[in-house]
Parts: sequence; structure tokens; C-alpha cells
Amino acid sequence: MYPKPLTLPSLRRRRRTPLAWIAAGASLALLSVAAQAADTSAGQQLQRWNAQAAAPGQAERGRVFFTSRHGGEWSCASCHGNPPVASGKHASTGKAIDPLAPAVNPKAFTDTARIDKWFRRNCNDVLQRECSAGEKADVLAYLIGLKP
Amino acid sequence: MTLHRRPRSLVMAAVLGLAAATLAQADSGRRLPRSVPAAYTQECASCHTAYRPGMLPARSWQRVMSGLDKHYGTDASLDTATLEQLDGWLQAHAGTYKRVREEPPQDRITRSAWFARKHRNIDSRVWKLASVRSAANCSACHTGADRGDFDDHTLKLPAGLDAGLRRPWND
Repeated sequence: MYPKPLTLPSLRRRRRTPLAWIAAGASLALLSVAAQAADTSAGQQLQRWNAQAAAPGQAERGRVFFTSRHGGEWSCASCHGNPPVASGKHASTGKAIDPLAPAVNPKAFTDTARIDKWFRRNCNDVLQRECSAGEKADVLAYLIGLKP
Repeated sequence: MTLHRRPRSLVMAAVLGLAAATLAQADSGRRLPRSVPAAYTQECASCHTAYRPGMLPARSWQRVMSGLDKHYGTDASLDTATLEQLDGWLQAHAGTYKRVREEPPQDRITRSAWFARKHRNIDSRVWKLASVRSAANCSACHTGADRGDFDDHTLKLPAGLDAGLRRPWND
């Protein structure tokens, strides 16, 4: 009545269908995503930029930086909100963006690759250049200080 | 007799199989493909609708993916491995059916002739609503957009829509 338990030879003989490969690939991808997530914290990131800038980030300077347009069309707050304690909205597509403040969104700043990618992209959008370690330290200090 | 019949049934099976395969392929233009790379959701759909690859022809996707550092006003650059993966996937599932064969201006889905025709009764004031803002914000009205579902019965009224502008939704 019960399904026959899979023996090793029967597994070996079975040809992998494309679907099986896709499933295998997808589970691998999922695993690597899980492995990537939560490899850091907002506090650790602040330490990281503090160390690189050789000076502690300042929250007030971070707030000004976050809300200024820097001569361009957008500020960080254009998409993330001011203050970024609620869901933001993409300035051109309108798509919702998860809150940036760690006190509201525990997932914020927990994945190093993700943090680096978005700093690279978004600094380019707002300042037309990469942000310095000091600027990132200031922004982190500001965001960590935000209360829900 | 049986000798003749057998090849014929084989031919029939092959023809049917081909037809089914063609249909399945055509269908991929109208829904999201069954396997969507996690990177597509993560990288592309974090900023905009997870557009169905079938909404643009392969040549358009190629251009979009080779200019991600200047992606419609924003830097959407990717690492090489992810770029190659998504580029390959988009081109494999790109639109091939008749209306998607044309490459729209600036490779914008929203500039395609079929897009304009489908939305011709939508008043210009609707696009300017705070809840809509952009023609790329599909899910302001198409609740199933991220699943690739644009059926009329999954439509909703965008927030703040005046009664006088609702006609296209009531049709």
C-alpha cells in the first residue's frame, strides 16, 4: 500500500528532467540567498564605515546629507521618505520600498552585498558619484538613531 | 498496413507535439514563465513591476540589459554573473508573437503600440494621480501585475479616482 522507498540504484537510474535541474538550481539559489541574508547588522556597518573613515559618523550630518538634493533632482528621502521610518515609494515608478530605519525594519542593513550594491546605485543617482566612507558612516548613525 | 500506419501516427504525434510546444511558447508571452530567477525578483522587481519578458522583443531586452548603469534615469547596474543570468533568461523568454515583434521607442514597454491601444480610454489625469504617477506602475490598477496577470477581472480602481473618470473600468 505504501509507496516503495526509493533505493539508491533507482535514483541513479532516473534521468534528471530539465524540471529537476531547475528545481535543484532554485533550491541552491534559495540556499545562497538564505546564506547571504543577515551576515551583518546596522551597528556593524556603522563600525565598518567609522573604521574606514577613521572618524565616528555623526547623526545630524547624516540627516542633512540624507535630505539634501546635492544639486541633482533627488535626495535619499525622495524615495525613502523623510524620516525613513515608514515604507518609501520609488520616485519614478511608484513601487513601495521597505522602511530604511532599522528600528522599524529589522531586515534593513543585514546583508553586506545588498548594502554595497544599493549604496553604489543610489549614491550615483543622487550625487552622480560614489559616497565616501564618512558619508556612509553619517547616514548609518542617523538611521540607527531613528525611533519608530 | 501496420507498417504504414505506424510512421503516420508518429508523424501525427510529432506534429501535435510541435503545435503544443509552439502554443506553450506563445503562452509564455502572456504570463510570467514558470521559472522566474530569484535574481529577477530581487534586482528588477525591487524597483518596478516584474515585467513579463514576453512584453519586449529580444533586441530590446538586449539593449536594456547592456545599459543598466543608465536605466531610465537610475543606476541599476549588476554584477557580471547576475547580469548574464538575467540577460539570458530575458532573451530566452522574450516576446515573439506578432504585436511584440516591434521594438518600441527607447525600449519602453509603455511606448509600444499595443500598450497605447489598450490604454487609449484612460484619461491623462488618471496617469497623474499620486497613486499612479507612472505608466510603469502597473499594479496601481492591475492587481496581478507582479504575477504577470493582466486580466480585466483583476483590475482595481486606483486610489483617488474621480467618479467621472471611471468609465474604462466599468466597460
